[in-house]
Amino acid sequence: MTAARLAIPKTYKLYIGGKFPRSESGRTYEIVSSSGAFLANAAKASRKDARDAVVAARAAVAGWSGATGYNRGQVLYRIAELLEGRRAQFVDEIVSAEGVTAAAASKQVDAAIDTWVWYAGWADKYVQVAGNGNPVAGPYFNLSTPEPTGVVAIIAPGDSLLGFVSVVAPALVAGNTVVIVASEKFPLSAISLTEVLATSDVPGGVINVLTGSPAEIAPWLASHADVNALDLAGAEDLEWVDLQISAADTLKRVLPPVSGIPSPSLDRIVAFTETKTVWHTKSLL
Amino acid sequence: MPSSELNLAGNSFLEYAPAPESTAILHLRDSYGLFIDGDFVAGHGKSFATISPATEKHIAEIANANEQDVDTAVAAARRAYEKTWSKLSGADRGKYLFRIARLVQERARELAVAESLDNGKPIKESRDVDIPLVAAWFFYYAGWADKLDHAGLGASPRALGVAAQVIPWNFPLLMLAWKIAPALAAGNTVVLKPAETTPLSALLFAEILQQADLPAGVVNIITGAGDTGQALVQHPDVNKVAFTGSTAVGRAIAKSVAGTGKKLTLELGGKAANIVFDDAPIDQAVEGIVNGIFFNQGHVCCAGSRLLVQENIHEEVVDRLKQRLSTLRLGDPLDKNTDIGAINSREQLERIRELSDVGEAEGADRWTAECVIPENGFWFAPTIFDNVSTSSRIAREEIFGPVLSVLTFRTPAEAISKANNTPYGLSAGIWSDKGSKILAVADQLKAGVIWANTFNRFDPASPFGGYKESGYGREGGRHGLAAYLQTATAPEAHEGAKK
Amino acid sequence: MRHPDKLLWSYCCNTMTIETTVALAPTERATRLLGGDLTERALRLHLEGLSGVDAVGLEQRAAGLGTRSIKTTSKAWALDRIIELIDLTTLEGADTPGKVRSLVAKALLPDPSDVTAPRVAAVCVYGDMVPYAVDALGSAHAAGTDQGINVAAVATAFPSGRASLRVKLADTADAVAAGADEIDMVIDRGAFLSGRYGEVFDQIVAVKDACRRADGSYAHLKVILETGELNTYDNVRRASWLSILAGGDFIKTSTGKVSPAATLPVTLLMLEVVRDWHRLTGEKVGVKPAGGIRTSKDAIKYLVTVAETAGEQWLSPHLFRFGASSLLNDVLLQRQKLHTGHYSGPDYVTID
Repeated sequence: MTAARLAIPKTYKLYIGGKFPRSESGRTYEIVSSSGAFLANAAKASRKDARDAVVAARAAVAGWSGATGYNRGQVLYRIAELLEGRRAQFVDEIVSAEGVTAAAASKQVDAAIDTWVWYAGWADKYVQVAGNGNPVAGPYFNLSTPEPTGVVAIIAPGDSLLGFVSVVAPALVAGNTVVIVASEKFPLSAISLTEVLATSDVPGGVINVLTGSPAEIAPWLASHADVNALDLAGAEDLEWVDLQISAADTLKRVLPPVSGIPSPSLDRIVAFTETKTVWHTKSLL
Repeated sequence: MPSSELNLAGNSFLEYAPAPESTAILHLRDSYGLFIDGDFVAGHGKSFATISPATEKHIAEIANANEQDVDTAVAAARRAYEKTWSKLSGADRGKYLFRIARLVQERARELAVAESLDNGKPIKESRDVDIPLVAAWFFYYAGWADKLDHAGLGASPRALGVAAQVIPWNFPLLMLAWKIAPALAAGNTVVLKPAETTPLSALLFAEILQQADLPAGVVNIITGAGDTGQALVQHPDVNKVAFTGSTAVGRAIAKSVAGTGKKLTLELGGKAANIVFDDAPIDQAVEGIVNGIFFNQGHVCCAGSRLLVQENIHEEVVDRLKQRLSTLRLGDPLDKNTDIGAINSREQLERIRELSDVGEAEGADRWTAECVIPENGFWFAPTIFDNVSTSSRIAREEIFGPVLSVLTFRTPAEAISKANNTPYGLSAGIWSDKGSKILAVADQLKAGVIWANTFNRFDPASPFGGYKESGYGREGGRHGLAAYLQTATAPEAHEGAKK
Repeated sequence: MRHPDKLLWSYCCNTMTIETTVALAPTERATRLLGGDLTERALRLHLEGLSGVDAVGLEQRAAGLGTRSIKTTSKAWALDRIIELIDLTTLEGADTPGKVRSLVAKALLPDPSDVTAPRVAAVCVYGDMVPYAVDALGSAHAAGTDQGINVAAVATAFPSGRASLRVKLADTADAVAAGADEIDMVIDRGAFLSGRYGEVFDQIVAVKDACRRADGSYAHLKVILETGELNTYDNVRRASWLSILAGGDFIKTSTGKVSPAATLPVTLLMLEVVRDWHRLTGEKVGVKPAGGIRTSKDAIKYLVTVAETAGEQWLSPHLFRFGASSLLNDVLLQRQKLHTGHYSGPDYVTID
């Protein structure tokens, strides 16, 4: 009988602009399993990392929002395909981090993938449902269409994969780019997901993942003038009213905290869109 | 010499003889109370006068609502919501709104005169734009009241409860309609505060509500200044806050309702770009520029205050613009031929003056249309600043007056980036005969309303509202209903508030 | 597979090359603006390069001008000025010398009960009626001067214009010889709509030439665009511009035989063209809306439109005319109301 093979542990880093940097602060924090065993040293992002993430997200807006809905839908669907291929890895990660059974972890991964597919399908449809032509009383063509608001900062709800997917996917579908603070306690699945993203067709900067202390990072995102919207889904335990007040300085669109995991809904997509109404004169003459 | 030359005694035909709209149609009271629970009642604050900005003459004494009055009004709205309005069928709510629409039409001329008297806007605008749109708004939303299930907001959307609404002075009655019509259609009750300088038409509207026999407390109208508005939006028993006004106040309101679970819509300032390409229908573009910035003395949040004109037609456009502005007639708002009325208040006039002086100091070329300024009242002649740089304050700050800043661009990409280079994002204009260019530019502009080959068009069926610091939420159309409804699938606004 | 260049070449052969070789009559205005080598191609490029018209915006502007409220002294002045701008018109197949004499009598004394009522600018008749009009006017015939009443004749196979150029020129020359001071010609709408701008241009130039009198002076030429057949405002702008380049003294909306005839938006557009021409050259060209203007209220809208577009100086018979028949009586009724303070009735104005 040979000795057990020595495993190669993974280094978990941030995901900013399509790259995997360590925190510029050099800080990490320890992620432990439900039984208290050491799992990893996750990067502890600083305000400067948050700043870099916003810069990367802003730079990616034009390309991502300018892509056709059909294209975004396919790129997002591709993520689901890749997730499916890594089911085992995510199940393992969830089991060790959250201490749930393999069956429960499996269920969570399935739900995450299915949620992802559900949202991916909206990319070329939400405009039809949330927009409409307007019968104005005059010789005008008049059409209202929702458009992505821009950069969305998100505080992820507190479980490994499903919470992350449930808030990232709806923001992405419309063409927004995202800076998300992963669950402080269970950030590893989020980082593993970024490894999927990095090998997919999602352009760098479209999703930027920060790990560390939401309480430390969120205020910088809430007050950042180049962030258009703030999803406080996972901020229930933070001083979220202060975050909302801070967000009001630049009149960001804000979604309040949610207990548990937000269920898939069109409203989460529409919440981060702006309705643009275009008028044009109509005449035969 | 033809005999007719003598009749004008050397005067120009263009000056036209005075054609004032009669004020005999108005039957104003000396003083107005607060409209609470179906009746006019005394306010507990110190009353104030509303004046005509064109003459500075006293019109009426207006009650001032203090916190106690706000409380009474909110309580009346709450009672009406729970006891009456939420129990009515959508069809019946709709019938009340139809009644209101008809009454507005019947009393349209009277309302137009009151509006021009109190606000200073030309009668041709209050008569042909504001008041007809008020009626249209009530008609449009009346029909929605029993069709909310079909609004695409999920099955059985629910009313929010009591709506606190604070509106500005630039379109007093129209802004009231934008607020009240969808709120009532969706099943909410209302406490509305009109602007301090323009309460008159809202109080006449209260009389219309009495004629419509609208159940007491469904709509309460309380007058006062900023502190009244503040007390209203901060009242713990309101479920919805809707505000139209300055970005600064909007920001403060957003902060004050943070964490309360109150649903909030804000329609704030703007610094709209009106983009004129060299292939524009030039005569209509010039009209559109004029309408864009000089409509309602430029007291329009979506005013096209930044003219972005393609460099190769810059001189021609500015030239034609000046020629056109020379035919604008400034003066008595009640004269049917007046194009430019009075500035709404001394404070606003001071602000316009101050920013215009800044524009001049910053090196832009100032041009002002020649016109006789009346002795009394608040007036500002139509003014153009040419060769304005993008960093100039008059190119960035909302002036809210008849002042146009002219900037140039060379390529569509430059036009788009200059147009978007502002914290605001309410509206924009595009002028070109080339359809594909218009659609591509419209796609890239960060603005909630884009007018192509037209400007400043409004319709109850058409959503209105801004990107970025111009606010959030939409008024008008199907989208306007969403602001007053709790949808089954919507992320629960209250959910987080249980913390 | 055909070479792309060949495609282009065959296109050129079929269309463009023909145009480039066609030289047009070099009018002074056209050569000044388009250069010495005046060709159909140069004219086409020029006309197609004109700024487009947005119909909705144009009509809104016209409607806005129509809401001006003209009262008291302004109204009194306007009513008299409308009369002075009228080309009092009869253009019926059933016209007779007697009818024309009656028209002239009305032109000379519009309101027998009020001699202060001014006279109209001109009477407008078919070419064969010119001698009767001249005769009836007698010493009141202005003959192109500022004193009295002019005689305008429609010509060039009015209203359709469907005749050979030879016939159109003869029609014109006949009327001028008979004493017509003004010629109201029609453009060839068929040629215009099929894109043969050069043909339309050359015909106007030729008609202008036929307006030449023996003494070297010219009858004034009004060019009727028949805007009701041009379909688009862009076409109206091009046709206006073309007519001015070809030497027209006036551009006129309609024959009155096609609906719609004069409309306020079309007239506004034509006024914008003459305003632009003036900006460009300093030269003033007149505008004549004709057909369908029946009431003082409507006519006042046109005065307002003239004053606020081309300028008040255009409110002169040299630069603006109404082609109308029933308008005069409505103005007289309004005039009587203004002077007496009570409403008048149709029996208190004369039928011509």
